Amino acid sequence: MENKGRYGEFGGFYVPEVLIPALEQIEHAFYKFKDDPQFVAELDNLYKNYAGRPTPLYFARRFSEHVGFNVYVKREDLLHGGAHKVNNTLGQALLAKYMGKTKIIAETGAGQHGLATAMTGALFGLETKIFMGVVDIERQSVNVHKMKLCGAEVISVQGGTGTLKDAINDALRYWTSHVDDTVYIFGSVCGPHPYPTIVKHFQTPIGVEARAQSLEILGKLPDVITACVGGGSNSIGLFSAFVDDKDVRIVGVEPGGRGLATREHAATLVAGKVGVFHGAKSYLLQDEEGQVYETESISAGLDYPAVGPEHCMLKDSGRVEYVAVGDEDVLDAFELFTKTEGIIPALESTHALAYLVSQKGKLPAETNVIINLSGRGDKDVGIVEKNRPVE
Amino acid sequence: MATYKETFAKLDRAALIPFFVIGDPDYATSLEIVKTAIDAGADVLELGIAFSDPIADGVTIQKADIRALKAGMTVKQALQFIKEVTDYKPVPIGLLIYYNLVYQYGHDKFFADFKAAGGSSVLVADLSIDDADEIAGPAANAGLETVFMVTPNTADDRAKLIAEKTTGFIYTVSLLGITGARETLSKKVGPLVAKLKSMTDVPVCVGFGISTPEHAKEVAAAGADGVIIGSKVVKMIEDNLGDTEKIKSEVHSFISSVRAVL
Ligand SMILES: Cc1ncc(COP(=O)(O)O)c(C=O)c1O
Repeated sequence: MENKGRYGEFGGFYVPEVLIPALEQIEHAFYKFKDDPQFVAELDNLYKNYAGRPTPLYFARRFSEHVGFNVYVKREDLLHGGAHKVNNTLGQALLAKYMGKTKIIAETGAGQHGLATAMTGALFGLETKIFMGVVDIERQSVNVHKMKLCGAEVISVQGGTGTLKDAINDALRYWTSHVDDTVYIFGSVCGPHPYPTIVKHFQTPIGVEARAQSLEILGKLPDVITACVGGGSNSIGLFSAFVDDKDVRIVGVEPGGRGLATREHAATLVAGKVGVFHGAKSYLLQDEEGQVYETESISAGLDYPAVGPEHCMLKDSGRVEYVAVGDEDVLDAFELFTKTEGIIPALESTHALAYLVSQKGKLPAETNVIINLSGRGDKDVGIVEKNRPVE
Repeated sequence: MATYKETFAKLDRAALIPFFVIGDPDYATSLEIVKTAIDAGADVLELGIAFSDPIADGVTIQKADIRALKAGMTVKQALQFIKEVTDYKPVPIGLLIYYNLVYQYGHDKFFADFKAAGGSSVLVADLSIDDADEIAGPAANAGLETVFMVTPNTADDRAKLIAEKTTGFIYTVSLLGITGARETLSKKVGPLVAKLKSMTDVPVCVGFGISTPEHAKEVAAAGADGVIIGSKVVKMIEDNLGDTEKIKSEVHSFISSVRAVL
């Protein structure tokens, strides 16, 4: 491989030999096409006319009044498909097309990346298979149905706890025996090189737009930016544009599940230790011997024991603060945001909203915050209803 | 312990190398099964330490990993197991392990403890030749040999690099993909083995999908120095859980039948 894909000590490509040629091919295609004028023009056109970019930066007045500082919401929830995931799948599927491949596969947790892949598979006429854990299939049934409507085959993964990590295991295994004609479209900034780099590249419009919008609306940069961190793609997309702006405080919010004192959470950066998993060196939730934990979160999209390597580096350097919020606080914030703004947020994104609620009384009133609303919560209404029945 | 080169050189036929997951379905039964395999004519053993997320393995070996972990298998116990096997008979033992387990144990300590238990070589399933340096030093210091994989889609210059860095044997696979028993073998095996043998004088062994004595014979005839049989024997455990005698008799007769044709 031309580049080892390291972020400090993190990242790399820890995979069986059989996958190396496939990763090399993707890396090669990425560097060949990412700045190719035709590729860029085609992708820009799709971002604008298919996905709905640029997304607005919206001042959430009533929510701001509640928390006591100014909250600006980057509306990735308005994108086609209902989440930031389409930024990435358009880019990777277009790359697959430029590579002359006819088949794509993807893993999915919440079903958002699966849906975004299925949509783009339909758009480009690529045969699409989505690997999804049995538990997730049940808790995100609407997305499963949508994927099938787009013509994708949804493969139910039985192994482990039937969640995202098991779906990735099986997608990697499938890819191993079908590398000749199939491209694996990875859903977040984790996994082996070159995925952390590729997915980041396709998610950078979030931050680039938000930074320009902040300068336009506020006349200056925000004081704080925040996003939820599962694998870490929507957050890297936002953070990357601000990392060099030393006065901007950056906060990543992880799923605290039922509490960090239990094992039922997925707060990898806050509570994990360094290991090697799914092709990369990163913080990891694991036992002392290195067996990887089954994680737990109310949001399927954050239910993952590892995290993108660049986040690990940003944590160690201290540039980004990582915190965890628990399921109950997330549900509170979900209700509050929906009632004050009339916007139903994805439970994943709601973690960042819950963090802002926790800062009530702690941040000065003139503080300007940008939060990335990575997705909309239609898919989560059933889960919220189960946990917090509406009278 | 003899090096692989010496071990293989002493045989005037391909070496028979069964694979088991240590502690499948539990420590005591697993030990009996492995001893049975030795008695039936295994020349070398390839033993795996169970991992929670074995991405390089097919469904049969995944299930074996889960059984072993459920039965409480740990890395420390696995090393004890290896010691009991080599005390029984000093066959060379190649270890198959996922990198995170080595990483958490500590590289130097892991290789030293594995060597002390009587082990011969290590294959880290998710460590490619590009990062071989992360284990090469500690393995060599402990006096262990390294095993790396070459697959039918490995480019020639990479295969050369792998051949250069491998000190134990090259593990090549008969087809693209993960472990698992298969009906037929790929036609690519013969040319691949020949190519590798022209690049190196360490032994070249073939695995993945070998599930009948005929397959084994075919692979041996293609010039392989060793034949690795995994899923086929692991499936015998899965199919006869609770009946240790039946597992042992099936493993014994299968291994003897393969040995007879080599
Ligand atoms: C709406 C939404 N936000 C966030 C995530 C988490 O992924 P990441 O951390 O890669 O942005 C997901 C994953 O499914 C999601 O659907």
